[in-house]
Amino acid sequence: MENRSFMAQWVYTDTVKDHFMNPRNIWDEKEDFKADGVGEVGSLACGDQMRVGIRVEDGRIADLRWLTYGCASAIASTSMMSEMAKGMTLEEAYHLTPQMITEALGGLPEHKFHCSVLGDKALRAAIDDYLERNHLDNPYRKGTARIICECKGVSDVQIEELVKSGKALTFDELSAQTGCSTACGKCRGRIIEALEEYRHIYGK
Amino acid sequence: MYRTVYMDNNATTPMADEVKAVMEDNLSLYGNASSMHALGRNAYSGIDWARRMCADLIACQEDEIYFTSGASESNNTVFNIARDLIDGGSGRNRIVTTTIEHPSIIELVKYLRGKGYRIDEAPVDASGMVKLDDMKALMGPDVLLVSVMTGNNETGTIQPVKEISAMAHECGALMHSDATQAIGKIPVSVADLDLDYLSMSAHKFYGPKGVGALYARKGAPMLAFVHGGHQEKGYRAGTYNNLGIIGMGEAARLAARDLAKERDHLWSLRERLRRGIVDNIPDVVVNGCQEHCLPGTLNVSFPCAEGESILLYLDMEGIEVSTGSACATGSLEPSYVLLAGGLDVELAHGSIRFSLGRYNTEADVDYVIEKLAPIIARVRALSTRKV
Repeated sequence: MENRSFMAQWVYTDTVKDHFMNPRNIWDEKEDFKADGVGEVGSLACGDQMRVGIRVEDGRIADLRWLTYGCASAIASTSMMSEMAKGMTLEEAYHLTPQMITEALGGLPEHKFHCSVLGDKALRAAIDDYLERNHLDNPYRKGTARIICECKGVSDVQIEELVKSGKALTFDELSAQTGCSTACGKCRGRIIEALEEYRHIYGK
Repeated sequence: MYRTVYMDNNATTPMADEVKAVMEDNLSLYGNASSMHALGRNAYSGIDWARRMCADLIACQEDEIYFTSGASESNNTVFNIARDLIDGGSGRNRIVTTTIEHPSIIELVKYLRGKGYRIDEAPVDASGMVKLDDMKALMGPDVLLVSVMTGNNETGTIQPVKEISAMAHECGALMHSDATQAIGKIPVSVADLDLDYLSMSAHKFYGPKGVGALYARKGAPMLAFVHGGHQEKGYRAGTYNNLGIIGMGEAARLAARDLAKERDHLWSLRERLRRGIVDNIPDVVVNGCQEHCLPGTLNVSFPCAEGESILLYLDMEGIEVSTGSACATGSLEPSYVLLAGGLDVELAHGSIRFSLGRYNTEADVDYVIEKLAPIIARVRALSTRKV
């Protein structure tokens, strides 16, 4: 009789597995990597934390190193991000999205997408740091903003900054400071979603 | 060479060869155990035998065993009995349990609270043991049911059930214990613990999945929660799961016969593993109570290393364990059991539970220690934080 034993695939895609088993561009303590900018997001309490260091030459990411405290998809997605970002212009790198990283990995489960793909945010933080260190304006930031509350014109970047600085950590605080969700109120769910995501990212 | 070392026996156990054999012998025993004819009577005799084996295992009478689909159903049934008594105006309207019960109780508590029922949860100390003073303070003449697990599935900490049972009975309440993790590992006697109800599940002690039992002391309130048949004295309708119940009977027979041997075996492997980890890996935290502990359970936190990564790197080496990390709970929160004992959130994310079983060997333990040390070093090298 035919053998009908069940055998499962690995938890994630083969690409995720490859990056998990052989992570690229690790920031080895022994290597003297001189970063022009460093960004860190997440916290150990949240279960995910990432640090990215970049070297910038001629407005491009010349080299990149990273460290991650997190699950397999956090490790794999940061590793994938590091390969994608190398050689990109700062503008391109700034616009790298979790969707692009996830796609390159061949997909991730929905619940992993939100909590573990933080590499793009760490990269953006590293670019911010580089620009700040060199007293340069940040021309990319606006381009990434997405309006969440249409009535009051509140963007995710505004929410991100308020959460990151600790000025607003609850829906009521956000609403009081930006006026979001005080007109039609339709965006309430998306505001809370963004709030929770940024609290997770910045460990607030 | 690919090797599998299964150290997740608190999640489930493989079926014992003896269990497989008795189930194979009875694969064609298809009669409905409720039928009066010979095929039905044959099937019923198997169930009768299994009931005797289960009763012997926990030192109760045969007619105090009710077969269910597993411990989750048994736990739910006990709480539903309490709920019906409260609804019926028994004069008592409060349930007391703990913060570290199995999700089949924790989630039910949330649900019942939402419906307005009064339920209190006693806290645990840093070793994961229920605080008797707090438990005592929660007792009162309005308490209908007290439910405390025998041994915890994550930390392995054995609870002072006998003491709590005395407290419960002193104030006239019924006492239940979810003994799912303790059965087959430590002696569990309903007479000694003075229980009114006990839950157990066959697949945690080398029996088949999808079958378990509820012990209800003769005279303890019982109510039908699956209506529609006379099975189990009309309390639990549904055609008998002949094969599963017979498998459970054999598993119970083996568990009772080999208890002392099993306990020594598990404890010696567990201690070998604990020493191996502590001696070979820097900065580890062993969780739970090291004195009153289920013999096969070892829960360890690795600071600066995240649990899912450790689990999956171990999986690549054929080593199967579980973690209290948020990734495993499917939420952003790590294990509620570890947090209930006051463990730091970070350490809960980095916790690994090794649960040893009957078929593990010293060679398995040595293999795990050999593979684990470089994996922890590797995960820590990748980490943003260094120990």
